[in-house]
Amino acid sequence: MRKKLVVIGNGMAGMRTIEELLDRAPDAYAITVFGDEPYGNYNRILLSPVLAGEKTIGEIMLNDDAWYSERGIVLRKGKKIVKIDRVRHCAVADDGETAEYDRLLVATGSLPIILPVPGAELDGVTSFRNIHDVDTMLEASRRYDHAVVIGGGLLGLEAANGLMKNGMDVVVVHLMDTLMERQLDFEAGALLRAELEERGLKFLMQGKTKQIVGENGHVRAIRLETGEEIPTDIVVMAIGIRPNIELARRAGVYCDRGIVVDDTMLTYDPRIYAVGECAQHRGKTYGLVAPLFEQARVCANHLAHKAFASYRGSLTSTKLKVTGVDLFSAGDFSGGPGTHEILLKDAQAGIYKKIVVKNDRIAGAVLYGDTIDGSWYFGLMRDGVNVADMRRQLMHGQAQLGDAGHGGASAVISMPASAEICGCNGVCKGAIVDAITGKGLFTLEDVRAHTKASSSCGSCTPLVEQLLAVTLGSDYSTTPAEKPMCGCTDHSHDAVRKAIVANKLKSLSEVMRFLEWKTPNGCHSCRPAVNYYLLCAWPDEYADDAQSRYINERAHANIQKDGTFSVVPRMWGGLTTPAELRAIADVADKFAIPTVKVTGGQRIDLLGVRKEQLPEVWADLAKAGMISGHAYSKGLRTVKTCVGSEWCRFGTQDSTDLGVKLEKMCWGSWTPHKVKLAVSGCPRNCAEATIKDLGVVCVESGYEIHVGGNGGVKIRVTDLLAKVASEEEVREYTSAYIQLYREQARYLERTAHWIERVGLSYVKEKLVDDPDGRKKLHARFLHSQKFAQIDPWAERAREKAYEREFRPMKELERI
Amino acid sequence: MRGWTEIGAVADVSRLGARVVRCGELRIAVFRAEDDRVFALEDRCPHKGGPLSQGIVHGCRVTCPLHNMVIDLGSGHAVAPDEGQARTFPVKVIDGAIWAHLDDIPVARVKAVVE
Repeated sequence: MRKKLVVIGNGMAGMRTIEELLDRAPDAYAITVFGDEPYGNYNRILLSPVLAGEKTIGEIMLNDDAWYSERGIVLRKGKKIVKIDRVRHCAVADDGETAEYDRLLVATGSLPIILPVPGAELDGVTSFRNIHDVDTMLEASRRYDHAVVIGGGLLGLEAANGLMKNGMDVVVVHLMDTLMERQLDFEAGALLRAELEERGLKFLMQGKTKQIVGENGHVRAIRLETGEEIPTDIVVMAIGIRPNIELARRAGVYCDRGIVVDDTMLTYDPRIYAVGECAQHRGKTYGLVAPLFEQARVCANHLAHKAFASYRGSLTSTKLKVTGVDLFSAGDFSGGPGTHEILLKDAQAGIYKKIVVKNDRIAGAVLYGDTIDGSWYFGLMRDGVNVADMRRQLMHGQAQLGDAGHGGASAVISMPASAEICGCNGVCKGAIVDAITGKGLFTLEDVRAHTKASSSCGSCTPLVEQLLAVTLGSDYSTTPAEKPMCGCTDHSHDAVRKAIVANKLKSLSEVMRFLEWKTPNGCHSCRPAVNYYLLCAWPDEYADDAQSRYINERAHANIQKDGTFSVVPRMWGGLTTPAELRAIADVADKFAIPTVKVTGGQRIDLLGVRKEQLPEVWADLAKAGMISGHAYSKGLRTVKTCVGSEWCRFGTQDSTDLGVKLEKMCWGSWTPHKVKLAVSGCPRNCAEATIKDLGVVCVESGYEIHVGGNGGVKIRVTDLLAKVASEEEVREYTSAYIQLYREQARYLERTAHWIERVGLSYVKEKLVDDPDGRKKLHARFLHSQKFAQIDPWAERAREKAYEREFRPMKELERI
Repeated sequence: MRGWTEIGAVADVSRLGARVVRCGELRIAVFRAEDDRVFALEDRCPHKGGPLSQGIVHGCRVTCPLHNMVIDLGSGHAVAPDEGQARTFPVKVIDGAIWAHLDDIPVARVKAVVE
């Protein structure tokens, strides 16, 4: 018999937990859900756009009745649970219905705070919390002209904006002297106020409400402490929320400000879990939706008896859902001892930015008017990245808007719906926004799955994140630091790697068994990653799994759009010989290869080779001494060089020869993503070394080593890692750097992204400040190369065992 | 066994792998799941015609190598939220040999090279 799970609260926290639970253990429980609102589950964070007339109620429903019945969930709408009987293990509804439980999930959310002033009970006084409140306000806006909103915080301003859009004359009464004082400093608050005043909102600052004055039971005005009266037809109280914990408290479940839970979301009663705004974790309650995604994941993990996930609290950021107002706030922006402020203000353009730095880490940020870098700052803050080395660029942003056709425009808010956001897949702004609201999407991954935006090259990711933030408002949180690798597991990339090393896991099946993979053999996303992690951890023991390789790495050639492949032989440092060129020409003739092209990495590419031709093409190239150029691998691709001191009148060192040496050392290595090197013979930098994963720029006195460059999707210029005097040191730094990247970056993370995530200071610490550690990394790299430097082409051209990869199983003949 | 054609042996296909059977212009991708179940689909992704036989096989699904569309091997349907369907052929395994039902191929009846 299945265990019984009862959920109190049919809101986002409860249902998100159920969705996560069904994903992990679809048949573990018979589930009953009680909700006191007469609706299915809806997206509460989109109530503001509904009020503003930008969305309809239908558009914000997340789960309709059919959703529940299809999953065998019993839904009791419009039923309020009035008692939890912890002795009999049942919940009792207001009509007497009881529901027994083996496990109980309390997700009762929060309640609006109502000012304890005379007149608060009058007709026309409302809060802003649910569909009923929105209906009340919309109804009032049709009948009346004047509204007062008490509270100049996030919710109050969204309510005021909505009422104004419905044609009402709105006054916001705020206790403090600046708006949204918990999210904005004085400067940003002033800009916001000026913007909203221009749109027609009126503000009464430092106004303390004394009484709500009525006439015939309906509100007529509010009276302030000063005696001033503001005539109005409705009053919206939006001064805050408090966790809704009465039910739990009466049942004797330990509560403080919220229902106290541990890191598994379990309350002091081992049968009762709590998630969402009603829960208090490590002394904190959350009034935003973003943290509950993480809470739901952890809670579901334990309900499904997986018992390893833990919740460690959330860092939240804020956005205002007022169309056209662009602001972002996160962390502690108040400054104080030990902190430094970086400021930018252009009042005329309506731009203000403040970044607060403490101990070389971002402690908080306030952005107004241009928030494109909000998610970047938030990520740096959340991950505690040392920003000492990027401090001078910090204010100017990540500048990662490159080639996706938006010309560097940063404010998605002002883009028309027809503006193309994702240049790879041709997805425009309107389609993304419609998907977010229409399909109830919350995360970048959701948007990628449903619209394909940001799912190819990723250059538009910040724009898509901005669209999520703008559409969902304060409740969108950027992807969590410790997100699961993919849908097959709850473990993050870093956790999987740690487990492989710590528990000496040496095969894919061991990893998946030990870490309780949810799918029998993973997917196209996790399997190549785990295969790489195993290869990196146990270079001399692990047998590479061909079926966990992308086709390019399985067939050792690049698949093209028509299913043919391209072949790029290695040319060390970009050097070639007449004999090699002749062999290439002969191959091209013999196999009627349609296209021959010179690549960006100084190689020759033979395009349009059929798969079954590959072994013969390779065999012919091998006769001229050529091996695989690995132009298809997540591994070392090319070392690009200039002619250097051997020929060039400006050359300072023999860059060509150094490039060849580096390539001989590094070829064949597998890395998290592709790695490209270059060596330039002088600062004129003809080999374009400063946009490579590692670039050497020769100077008269030695060699500059630059790292973390990228010339692709997002152009990133390298950072200077070190300057050294000898070629031997260049070799040691290069191998140590690649090995550090191999051991620590996440699969498919280029060096540029990795360095931005961990910070250049960290990489310097490991490679420059710690010569001993550097030498060990160098040694580990050379050790692993002993097993990696086997030419895969020669192997496949020679050995029968590989034949099945390249030959059809059977040729049938038509009659 | 009218309409059924032997197209190879289970042992010819790696677990979690695929092989191609060619029949004139038509390419049939033959997949083998981890539990040795065998599937046959036209080697053409409904998205942009990618060769499904070159994808990564996981569970009873394959991911197209060109743009990562995931196809259910049993039905040929793209996994939601994607849409589309690859053509499937009925298969059965007899004594380790794979037989496919190909007689609805529109062009002509198919004759196996090896009878």
